[in-house]
Amino acid sequence: MVKVDFGFIDSVLQKYDCDKTRVIAIMQEIQNEYKFLPKDALKYVAEKVDESEAELYGVATFYENFSMNEKGKYIIKVCNGTACHVRKSDDVQEAIYAATGLTPEDHISSDGLFTIERVACLGACSLAPVCTVNGVVHASMTPEKAHALIQELREAESHED
Amino acid sequence: MKHMVIDGISCEFENERNVLEVARKHHIDIPNLCYCESLSIYGGCRLCVVENERGAVEAACSMQPKDGLVIKTNTARLRKHRQMILELLLAGHRAECTTCEKSGKCKLQTYARRYNVTNIRFANEYCKLPIDDSSPAIVRDPSKCILCGKCVRMCSEVQNIHAVDFAERGIETYISCGFDNKLADTKCVGCGQCAAVCPTGAIVVKNEVSKLWTAIYDSTKKVAVQVAPAVRVGIGEEFGLPASQPVMGKIVTALKMLGADYVFDTSLTADLTIMEESAEFMNKLKTGAKLPMFTSCCPGWIKHVENMHPHLMPQVSTCGSPMEMFGAILRQHYTDDELYSVAIMPCTAKKAEAARPELVKDGERLIDLVLTTQELAKMIKEAGIDFADLPDTEPDDPFAEYTGAGVIFGVTGGVTEAVIRHVLGTVTTEQIASVAECGVRGLEGIKAFEVKAGDLTLKIAVASGLGNADKLIEKIESGEEFFHFVEIMACPGGCIGGGGQPEACFEQKQLRNQGMFIADEDCTLRSSEQNTALDGVYNLLRGRAHELLHVHYPDHGHE
Repeated sequence: MVKVDFGFIDSVLQKYDCDKTRVIAIMQEIQNEYKFLPKDALKYVAEKVDESEAELYGVATFYENFSMNEKGKYIIKVCNGTACHVRKSDDVQEAIYAATGLTPEDHISSDGLFTIERVACLGACSLAPVCTVNGVVHASMTPEKAHALIQELREAESHED
Repeated sequence: MKHMVIDGISCEFENERNVLEVARKHHIDIPNLCYCESLSIYGGCRLCVVENERGAVEAACSMQPKDGLVIKTNTARLRKHRQMILELLLAGHRAECTTCEKSGKCKLQTYARRYNVTNIRFANEYCKLPIDDSSPAIVRDPSKCILCGKCVRMCSEVQNIHAVDFAERGIETYISCGFDNKLADTKCVGCGQCAAVCPTGAIVVKNEVSKLWTAIYDSTKKVAVQVAPAVRVGIGEEFGLPASQPVMGKIVTALKMLGADYVFDTSLTADLTIMEESAEFMNKLKTGAKLPMFTSCCPGWIKHVENMHPHLMPQVSTCGSPMEMFGAILRQHYTDDELYSVAIMPCTAKKAEAARPELVKDGERLIDLVLTTQELAKMIKEAGIDFADLPDTEPDDPFAEYTGAGVIFGVTGGVTEAVIRHVLGTVTTEQIASVAECGVRGLEGIKAFEVKAGDLTLKIAVASGLGNADKLIEKIESGEEFFHFVEIMACPGGCIGGGGQPEACFEQKQLRNQGMFIADEDCTLRSSEQNTALDGVYNLLRGRAHELLHVHYPDHGHE
């Protein structure tokens, strides 16, 4: 569970004058910090901008860009755009699921490291099939390269500890 | 005067909001699911489509009336569209009509029959979210929701509570209380206005009819039923009687036929409330306590104060609601019987009020069960009683007497008018007619007026609908307005438009309003202090009157 720093939320609210017409900007800043919208943070925002929880939840769930689910340390976006698709991105995706132990229903791996998102196009079609890890592009992926990538990330993590 | 032509009939119009309202005024019924006169226009269901001369199809609810406009409401194309819309809606609806609470009153069901939808060509895929019965008053079933958004608009625009809203989008859309909240976790006050506008069985009043049957069939129990003032003008509509006809006598007869041992009219304790509340008010005036004093009979309002304005609670009268008072009296009177105390109310929030810890006295709930007007109508129908033809019966002694002042509690401004009658000592028909002129009557959402009481000019405000209440409170708190006395009812129009009453449009509420004053005029006694039964009541309570007739909610603080 992510611990919400209400001091930070307060600073964001202050920046936007607790203005309910700017909740989207407020939510974006919160999401930048936590990679998702923690429930406690949203409830706190609702109270401070004097808006109901139901209404704020409606806004947060309406936009695809906002997420209410906790994200892993590494967000892996696997492209399934046309170019990537014809160059077998499905195999890459399957390999990444297998390597991380995730299923398409999971939002985050049990160790808190990985989140996998299937996206439509990352705009790097000449490098297809591609995936990104926290924004860094990995080109011309294969299932083997995918396994190696996950392994690398895990090792980097164990060195950090 | 401007004219438009609907189905070949010339229709005059003035300031109607849209073509749908013009048509309605001229008795042309255009089908609609998401439209409600008291809410903003949504234009979501598209069932109200009409066709103009050039064959263009537009939704009547969001179409401006124009001079010379020619439209048709029933063409081959429109019929096809409507059938398709209904078919698609039914494909996303869990239709279990035979056992559904709303069956017979469901607009989706009605239109499906009216437009002859006999076959649904699409797979039946409805929302699988669980039923939410966490609220003591209301049950939400997302599998029957057609996303018309009326509950969302009612809760935010009229009641200013925002307990529910749309979540997700597209095919995933559903009505949510936010996060994984249940209705009981929200600021919902249980007013039931969402259920009153819901076209399907997605939001219904909690049905507790079986509990009363069980008590009636239990020979060890004596069932005492009190009936609130507003019930007498709502229930007749269920049996084809006009909304303006008060039918208290028939209700008493029907309840006796159902098996109730004692039947009473809550108007008696409405009179008692006036005595207690007026005394409290005069005392506040004398001692210079903070004003305005707010009324306390509406449980939705009480809950709203607790949720949104807890600092105002010390200004809310400590008088229990008339229902609470009657409950207390019956427990004192029928000490020998195992009494099952039932209240028939126009109100869904009363179900929650009856369950509050403050309404437990001497270790016993004052009110065992609250049923709404709708639920009583169901029981009468179940028993096969021809309600419209019933003779009148008087309520039971020694609590049979009531005055017109008690009866008018059922409509917005009624409590205030009863207080004015009592404070001014007005008893004759002429005097009362002059009180009626002061601005207290009518179904406007906020009424403000002055009344001269001796050398004092009392400033009074009356609001119905919690959105209006919040507007009024804002003005009071900003110092823009000052009042001595403020009456608030959570439901627009007061109890006659309560969430437990049969569904009613504004015109019907106006008829019920008339009905309330017809019942008032039928009474020989018109002011609460004339009620001779009250002496008996005070005798009965023997020194416990204040304890039993007043309720101190937590936010009241200590006296």
